[in-house]
Amino acid sequence: MSASEKYVAAAYLVVFVAVLAWVAIIAAKLARLERDVEELAELARRRAEREAEREEVSV
Amino acid sequence: MALRLRNIPLPLLASGAVALVAAALALIFFYAPLDADQGLSQKIFYLHVPIALTAYACFGWGAAKAFLHLWKRSPGADLESYAAIHQGVIFGALTLITGSIWAKISWGHWWLWGERQLVLFLVLFLFYSAYFMLRYSVEPGPARANMCAVYALFGVVLIPVSWLAIRLANDFIHPVVFTRHGPQMSASMFLAFCVSWASLLALAGTMYRVELAGKRLDAHLRELRELLAA
Repeated sequence: MSASEKYVAAAYLVVFVAVLAWVAIIAAKLARLERDVEELAELARRRAEREAEREEVSV
Repeated sequence: MALRLRNIPLPLLASGAVALVAAALALIFFYAPLDADQGLSQKIFYLHVPIALTAYACFGWGAAKAFLHLWKRSPGADLESYAAIHQGVIFGALTLITGSIWAKISWGHWWLWGERQLVLFLVLFLFYSAYFMLRYSVEPGPARANMCAVYALFGVVLIPVSWLAIRLANDFIHPVVFTRHGPQMSASMFLAFCVSWASLLALAGTMYRVELAGKRLDAHLRELRELLAA
């Protein structure tokens, strides 16, 4: 591999790795958002159950 | 009807970016001829220059959104300005890295402090990098949005200065490809350059939209959490 080939490969590789790193960061963020949504769904479910119980008691 | 970035469905934009990147790589390595002067190392031009122009476009877009925030108080313009500047900084960093690699093979140096174009681009990059220090050192709210918008608008002045620096300098070694007489390259090289730039703009657009969607989702979830906790 000549010096030119090495430098050209390095330049293109840097951009490829940067895009991959960005995808990895977004994937990590997506996983965190998924956990947040699950937590909120659980919170909403518990709240709905509490309200249902309260309605039963009042009836 | 005007074509707006937000009206293009995200999967379509992402698919377009992938197709354009593939087309650009094919044109660069299999269609564009080898440069008579620089040989294979000139292939970095098709990556380095479009990345730099994309960085300028992102900073310009961020400044335009900042202006909209200050002028019309457009809802979400502050967040859009932030996301655009973030993309600009990513592409700015890539400009500096790919430029350094090209400089090493062409000039024998990773960096030359005497080159106005390089130093001005570095100043522009550092200026917008400092934007995040400002943003995260102030409490979220209208005051932060206004400060960040004013800062983003100040930075945009550096773009034409950086672009024109090479044309104002007499002792440059940084090549000038686009002159008053048009692009100084063959038609096939110019086609590869244009497709490469289009692919990077599409990639930046996709990254901007994904980041913006993530930030908005985050804000909605925070609001929902506060409502459920109440």
